[in-house]
Order: sequence, then C-alpha cells, then structure tokens
Amino acid sequence: MTSSSNWGRESLAVLWKDLLSEFRTRYSLSAVLLFSVTALAVVSFSVSPYSLDPEAKAAFLWIVLFFSAMSGLSRSFVREEEARTALALRVSASADAVYGGKLLFNIVLQSAVAAIVVPLFLLLMDTRPANPALLVAAAALGTLALASSSTIIAAIVSRANAKGALFAVLAFPLSLPGLSSAIGATAEALRGNMPEAATGAAADIRVLIAYSALMIASSLLLFDYVWND
Amino acid sequence: MTTDGKARVFELALESVSKSYGARQVLRSVSATVRTGQVLAITGPNGSGKSTLIKVACRLVRPTHGQVLWKLGGKEIPAEAGRKIIGFISPDLMFYDELTAAENLRFFAQARGIKITDEDIESALRSLHLGGRGADVVGSYSSGMKQRLKYAFALQHDPPLLLLDEPTANLDTQGVSLVHDLIEDSKRSKCIVIATNEPEEVGLGDIIIKLGA
Repeated sequence: MTSSSNWGRESLAVLWKDLLSEFRTRYSLSAVLLFSVTALAVVSFSVSPYSLDPEAKAAFLWIVLFFSAMSGLSRSFVREEEARTALALRVSASADAVYGGKLLFNIVLQSAVAAIVVPLFLLLMDTRPANPALLVAAAALGTLALASSSTIIAAIVSRANAKGALFAVLAFPLSLPGLSSAIGATAEALRGNMPEAATGAAADIRVLIAYSALMIASSLLLFDYVWND
Repeated sequence: MTTDGKARVFELALESVSKSYGARQVLRSVSATVRTGQVLAITGPNGSGKSTLIKVACRLVRPTHGQVLWKLGGKEIPAEAGRKIIGFISPDLMFYDELTAAENLRFFAQARGIKITDEDIESALRSLHLGGRGADVVGSYSSGMKQRLKYAFALQHDPPLLLLDEPTANLDTQGVSLVHDLIEDSKRSKCIVIATNEPEEVGLGDIIIKLGA
C-alpha cells in the first residue's frame, strides 16, 4: 500500500494520462454521448404526448444515464487490455493508484455526460425542476454511485471474452441500490413539495452517499486481486 | 565490499518454481539464484516457458509451486514493491500509441512516484538514438524504435533487477549492439535476467537455464 499523498499523486497521473488519451481518441466519450443523446431523443419523442409524473420522468432520466454508463465506463480498463498497455501499467503503477485514477476518470466522464444529458432531458421533456439544487445533488451523487460500481466491474470483466454482455449483467444488480436511490432523489427534486419531498430525498441522498462509500472502500480492498491475479 | 555496496546487492532466488496452466505444465521445478553483477540467461525452444519464467521472476505471474524471493542487501522485498525494483522488457509490453514518447515516459515515471524532468527524458531518448523524437506519438514509431523506447521505460527508475524477454527483438544491427553494450554496462550495478535464443545473448549469461519444450 502506498502512502496517501503518493497514492493521490499517482492516481492523478493515471487520471491525467486517461484524460489525455481520451482527448486524442474520443474512445469513450463519443460512444457514451452518442448513446445517451440518441436514447434521450427516443424517450422524449415517445412520451412527449403524455403527462408523466415525476417518478416516471426520473426513471427515464436514470435509464438513459445508466445505459450510457454501461456503454462507456468499462472502456477505461478494456482499452488497457485490448491495446496491451495493461502490462506496462502493472509493472509501473501501484494497484491502488490505478484504481484511483480509473475511478476519477469514470467520475469525470460520467459527470460530463450528466452535465449534457440532464439539461437536455429537462428541455426535451419540458420539465422545470421544483428544487434545482436537489436535482444537482441527486445527479452528482447518482453519477458517483454509477462510477464507483462500474469501475470495479470494468476491472473484473476487462480480461473476459464477452466483456460487453458480462459488464451489463454484473452491473445491473450491483448498481440497482444506487440507481433506485438516484431515481427517488431525482423524483423528489422534480416534485419539490416541501417538506415531504425533503424528507424523502434526504433518505435517498444518505443511501447514495453510503452506497458510494461502500463500493469505493470494498473496491480498494478487492482491486489488488482483480488487477494482479 | 563496503557496507553501502552490500546494501545495493540485489538477489533474485527462484526456488523450485513450477507453473501449470490447467493440465499443461509449463515450468517444472526451476531453481536458480542470481545477484547484482551476474546475468541469468534463459533459453529454450518456442513454448518452453521462457516468457512465463520471466513473468514469474517479475512476480507478475504466481508459480503453482515453489517461490520467488527478492532480496536487497539481504533484506527480503515484498512483491508490491516490484514497480520500484524491476525494469521489465517484453514483446507483450506496449505503450500508449496516442501519447508521445515523452508523455509516455513522463506518465510511467509519475506512476512509479519518481520525479523526471524534460532533460532527463531527452537524455534517455538520446542515449537510445531516439533524440529529437520525444514529441512524436508512439503510434508513429517503427517496431525497432518502440523496442528502444522500452529500454528508456525499463531503466528510468534505475532498478536493481532488469528482466529482458527477447531483448533485441525488432532491432537493427546498430540497435542490437546498443543493447549488448547496455547489458554489459548495467551488469555492474544490476542483476539481469535474459530470455533469449540468440547465441550471443546466451553467451552473456553467467548462469544459464535451458528449458525443454
């Protein structure tokens, strides 16, 4: 285990390398954005004639965000294996730093997607959030939850043959608690009739924080075995 | 030998190392000890387990039986310290094609937790006859240039253990000569393991392991 300051610096080095690679190749971002914007357009055209309640709208939003995460977040690890760069990374970086860097990269990538998808969703669905601050918090914590579960699953499936299918199959049950709470908190942000909404959202926000912390802590414990064995 | 000198003596011990993949036994009870100043040459036909033995010595692959020990100044070093201890070259090792050679080297140095300047990078590249090519993306490099770049990668942290799998693969005559000089120079301060079938490189070995098919 590296010291925390070294771990931070080395994780940031991995993050910077991934961002630079992504900037030059658009390997993950183009796939994720293409999927999310297309899915969002299909959803909005399909349901626009109907008046949906906040729960249904929130569910649609997180379905788009979840599947966009599925289409892109595994790539940070899969790419290392496919380009055969994983070996150089294994002999030079600590497992903790690789995990930290990949987690940060997935958070940045999914945050960028959410920053585009959420406003576009509100626009296309002609929805005005009753509590914008709560919506931002729900989107940020939901993104963290998705990134934290996707990162460890991506590491597990990256050396398997049927990576895409395996990633989705493993990600769904593991992401469900976080996804469910993100939908709940988003629905409350769209509904916004205080104080009931605040009470309901507070519970979901707590679950999202606990879920992300649990995923990151358990991933840090497991990652060395996943990465090196 | 001085106390400081002794503290820098590195020892790699392979103790009855066996490795199986399913029913297929690749390595059968291989033992050897090699120290700073010595070269261990591993030779044998294709599929005999040379690359596997190098990866086992690197502790990238766990042996099915037996153990691998690293000792620096008589003190055992854990596998987790490997990134500071080993310089590794292999045909399986690839760089990020979309990054420049300098960016690759800077990243790997940062990942290893060592400070490196632009001058250090340029100097390393120049010593491998890649001077002035640090700003080119690795994707534009020939296979021989990538092989030279692997030496800059493997030596950037001055590791006490150098593991070279097919050290002269893809190199021209000048490159082969450069690598042989480098091995001779490094031998003074490092423990070196080479997996090769080139007679000249096998001849560099103080200890030779011949693996069967």
